Amino acid sequence: MKALEIKNLAKTFDGMEVINNISISVEDGEVISIIGPSGSGKTTLLRCACGLEKPDRGEIKFAGSFGMVFQQFNLFPHWSVLKNITDAPVNVQKQDREEAKKHAMELLEKMGLKDRADYYPYQLSGGQQQRVAIARALALNPRILFFDEPTSALDPELTQEVLKVIKSLKDLNIAMVIVTHEMAFARDVSDRIIFMDGGVIVDEGEPDKVMNSDNERTRAFLGKLAGV
Amino acid sequence: MAFTDMLLELLTSFGVTFNIFIVTLIFSLPLGLIVAVGRMSKNKFISIPVSIYISIMRGTPLMLQLICVYFGPYYLFRISPGTNYRMMAIYIAFAINYAAYFGEIFRSGIQSMPRGQYEAAQILGYTKLQTFMRIILPQVIKRILPSVSNEVITLVKDTSFAFTLSVMDMFTMAKALAAGQTSVVPLFAAGVFYYIFNFIVAKIFDIFENKLNYYRF
Repeated sequence: MKALEIKNLAKTFDGMEVINNISISVEDGEVISIIGPSGSGKTTLLRCACGLEKPDRGEIKFAGSFGMVFQQFNLFPHWSVLKNITDAPVNVQKQDREEAKKHAMELLEKMGLKDRADYYPYQLSGGQQQRVAIARALALNPRILFFDEPTSALDPELTQEVLKVIKSLKDLNIAMVIVTHEMAFARDVSDRIIFMDGGVIVDEGEPDKVMNSDNERTRAFLGKLAGV
Repeated sequence: MAFTDMLLELLTSFGVTFNIFIVTLIFSLPLGLIVAVGRMSKNKFISIPVSIYISIMRGTPLMLQLICVYFGPYYLFRISPGTNYRMMAIYIAFAINYAAYFGEIFRSGIQSMPRGQYEAAQILGYTKLQTFMRIILPQVIKRILPSVSNEVITLVKDTSFAFTLSVMDMFTMAKALAAGQTSVVPLFAAGVFYYIFNFIVAKIFDIFENKLNYYRF
């Protein structure tokens, strides 16, 4: 089953084509990484998919609900970790409060943050905040989860702890679309990698295929990364 | 007149001062929220008139506004609203004046909220009203509390403008007593009362601020 199908998506900002006729479909449980240089439209693609930007053209079809993990975490600072995770299930999805709490504690345990339930976001490290944000997204039982550069605001050590958690989500059989600059991670975790540049998909396929691509643009991008 | 009688007179007139203070707050705070929303409206037919209203309220003396509200009905419509209107005019002028200031404070608070808070709320499925009431407003209150407290303290002192319309608030009374006794003691005593009142107001705001100190941004 397809968790998400995007057809002929296009988006311009002030006359600039940011996304140019992109079509993607995501299977249930599939993990896709989107890589590419800054300004290639990766983030805009995610933001259009989940409704934060209004595309000019195209079709977006979800088979179920979706969640999003942001670069800047965007936790609600006035709520405890537990409330951050349980509030939407209780007040949006009308789940039972105790059930939601139990689910949240399970998620926190999975995130390695069981003892942080009563903390407030400002008391946590960036990596911990991002893991709470992941738990918050998972609490709504999404069929597909988007990650918008989830580790770009973190130092290398915290990056690794968050990437480890994201990798562990593979068991949950939730489709994941991850915009990332972490190439080793993308290669390791993805079923498919999409390389975007200039608002179009330049290259896509299994990680090894894209990482060893014949495509000149892909090679240039990956070569630059390796060269640093 | 004995010193204690003078104090008693002042305290009695303090009731009027307190009324102006409380009624102004009760009306101008919610009104300020509406002003803020109107000012931020994408509809120019709403945002421009609201901006002009704020500009006039902030750009002209409160004393003049009191006079306009009091004499306005007569000059505009040739109606004399009667003697009870005096107090009403005070309430109206103070409420619309302070609503403009509170409106700007609310707006600055709302606009200082990071966009990510709205975006996270949208993805989680909160309605716009839920987002505002549950997520935005509580944080805005924390952010603007110091400015609001400033404004409220100014209001305590501004109530003395009631003398413009000869309403017997504490300041008008102090002036009358001072004139009758040819002494500045009543004015000085009134000053002490204003100070005590504001001291309490400031303490109350301290308590609010401390209560909201359980988190940081």
